[in-house]
Amino acid sequence: MANLTLIQAVNDGLRTVMKADDSVVVFGEDVGPKGGVFLATEGLTADFGESRCFDTPLSEDGIIGTAIGMAMNGLRPVAEIQFQDFIFPAFDQIVSEAAKLRYRSGGQYTAPMVIRTPYGGGIRGGLYHSQSGEAYFAHTAGLKVVIPSTPHDAKGLLIASIQDPDPVLFMEPKALYRSVKGEVPEGEYTVDLSTLRTVRQGGDVTIYCYGAMVPVVERAAAQAAEQRGIDCLVVDLRTLMPLDEEGVLEAAKQTGRVVVVHEAPRFCGYGAEISALIAEHCIEYMEAPVRRVTGFDTPFPNTLEHHYLPDDRRVLDAIESVYDF
Amino acid sequence: MSSALQILAPDGSVVGELPGLSDAELRELFVHMLQIRCMDGRMLKLQRAGRIGFVGTATGLEATLVGAAAPLRQDDWLWSGLREGGAAVMRGLPLAEYVAQMYCNANDTAKGRQMCNHFQHKGTNYPSWSSVIGTQITHGVGAAFASMRRGEDTVHAIHFGDGATSSNGFHSGLNFAGVWKVPAVFVCTDNGWAISVASSAQTAAKSFAAKAPAYGFPGVEVDGNDVLACQSAMADAIERARRGEGPTMLVLKTYRMLGHSSSDDPTKYRADEEVEAWAKRDPIARFERYLIERGVVSEGERADLETQLLVKIDAVIHEQEAAPPMALKTLVEDVYAEVPYHLRREYNDFIAVAEKLGHAQPGDGAFPL
Ligand SMILES: Cc1ncc(C[n+]2csc(CCOP(=O)(O)OP(=O)(O)O)c2C)c(N)n1
Ligand SMILES: [Mg+2]
Repeated sequence: MANLTLIQAVNDGLRTVMKADDSVVVFGEDVGPKGGVFLATEGLTADFGESRCFDTPLSEDGIIGTAIGMAMNGLRPVAEIQFQDFIFPAFDQIVSEAAKLRYRSGGQYTAPMVIRTPYGGGIRGGLYHSQSGEAYFAHTAGLKVVIPSTPHDAKGLLIASIQDPDPVLFMEPKALYRSVKGEVPEGEYTVDLSTLRTVRQGGDVTIYCYGAMVPVVERAAAQAAEQRGIDCLVVDLRTLMPLDEEGVLEAAKQTGRVVVVHEAPRFCGYGAEISALIAEHCIEYMEAPVRRVTGFDTPFPNTLEHHYLPDDRRVLDAIESVYDF
Repeated sequence: MSSALQILAPDGSVVGELPGLSDAELRELFVHMLQIRCMDGRMLKLQRAGRIGFVGTATGLEATLVGAAAPLRQDDWLWSGLREGGAAVMRGLPLAEYVAQMYCNANDTAKGRQMCNHFQHKGTNYPSWSSVIGTQITHGVGAAFASMRRGEDTVHAIHFGDGATSSNGFHSGLNFAGVWKVPAVFVCTDNGWAISVASSAQTAAKSFAAKAPAYGFPGVEVDGNDVLACQSAMADAIERARRGEGPTMLVLKTYRMLGHSSSDDPTKYRADEEVEAWAKRDPIARFERYLIERGVVSEGERADLETQLLVKIDAVIHEQEAAPPMALKTLVEDVYAEVPYHLRREYNDFIAVAEKLGHAQPGDGAFPL
């Protein structure tokens, strides 16, 4: 066990698979000698050589398109998109090509690849260094969407994603890169790609969240317990596609009161899916309407980002409102 | 087209350096060209009869397909667009699979999921094209990178049209290929048209071939109605790639003699005179004249060859007409390696209704949840 930050755990995960499997290649903009703008790939070129970790021309479409071709021809590409905000030039390649290849070829061709990308706000990055676009991708059949919130999960989910036979979008909460630390096992281990994590047990209110919202929700849950004696069941979804639907419904049934938290905009956001699942499958257990605490349905702000992002006070308010309903 | 590489003039006379192909090899190229034209004819008939949905023909482009595919090895890759199916057949795609794909039936290796004219053949490294113009270009480059990294001498032929030269995939693909120096040959089939937009309207560059040097490798213009010129230029480009000297772009200048597809009426946007002028340059007639002159085929033999090909094609069509329907479970299979929980449940909800209505087939039953 080592005590690592989330970004160190990502780096450790990459090293672990690169050591074990020579077909794994890591590439993207500035990921080589510089080690990436957030240093996720630090030291990989030095330790594994330029043929394993290298810089590409500045073209997201090119990075993802060539990654698909590599995956179709025996490599295990791990492509970095420097910020999730810059993934859209590659949207076509992700949505029309990587995600649909297995289906359209009747299983003859596949694209086992991982796209790593830092997402989310909290670093004063403005409109184009802050977005949370998970809903666009979770909506796409054929793609897996994974978002870790702890160093342990970052490494275990990343290794599982690289070993997975299908394309995975691995979204890293950049706000947590250096702000969370935790015990990370040495060597290879995986975290299942369709199992949620129960962060905190409780019988009064269920809160669903993922990525950078997990510590925010944990703080709010602690306050709810302290101030009002409300026991929250906190669920870290971890894999948005495929979702642990049974686990989600089980958690809703335990309390009958639900809050969903994400920093992405609300309209057609991931919280809508969770609410709809609960409405379809366990409405009879519900004691209160589902509340969503989310970013605004606006572009991402800059100076006001701390108001845009759900914080513990807004989450606490939602907890109280479903509890008191 | 004076600068384009030409070996046979439109009258079949030799005006360039002949590739060293034997009589038997030349004859085989000729038969493959005829086969493409025969298949187009049959597919159009089936489309008009309502048996298949759509045809994108290669009529007029036979020299580009056959010439460019001829020098490829079986383990080389061919990354296709809409019209390269004939090249796939030439390299080993069974005719039955070709026709099954056009019928999108249960014998189709893609399980009937793609619309017509989207072939694949794993055995000869011919992947499935999506439909989205230009997207296969970067795939070919990435796959060529993978071959190179493993130290193989496999070459990747990446086909696309004149319209695709305006796509972002073209720019990304050629740019990455130049930087990585991958073993690829870009085969741009300039057939004059992208649906109804003339190829002259795609770019202000002097030519499509002129773009290649900007990416750091040569672009070569070839008379695309001259199968020997296509064969020879492709053989050179492949050898260059195999030697590790990097990519080449070939621009095969030809003409799409029929509509963009079976749903298109080209008389709306192009002049009959233009089509007639190109008819005089017909690639099959040109090659036939040369082969007759050389004594490889005899006068009038073409008709016999075509009859034989059509008998073979018709037998395959007959077989494919009888294919069983697609299993309903294929609705949710192959989305992921394993059918995930939410898809199993979606399918089970669906099949429960189908069973109630009596629409389900034996074997369509529910997934375990
Ligand atoms: C991205 C995209 N835009 C538009 C279309 C519709 N479309 C299909 S084929 C075509 C023209 C393609 O022209 P070209 O690249 O010259 O190929 P050709 O059809 O001549 O073989 C168009 C516009 C498409 N399939 N994909
Ligand atoms: Mg064209």
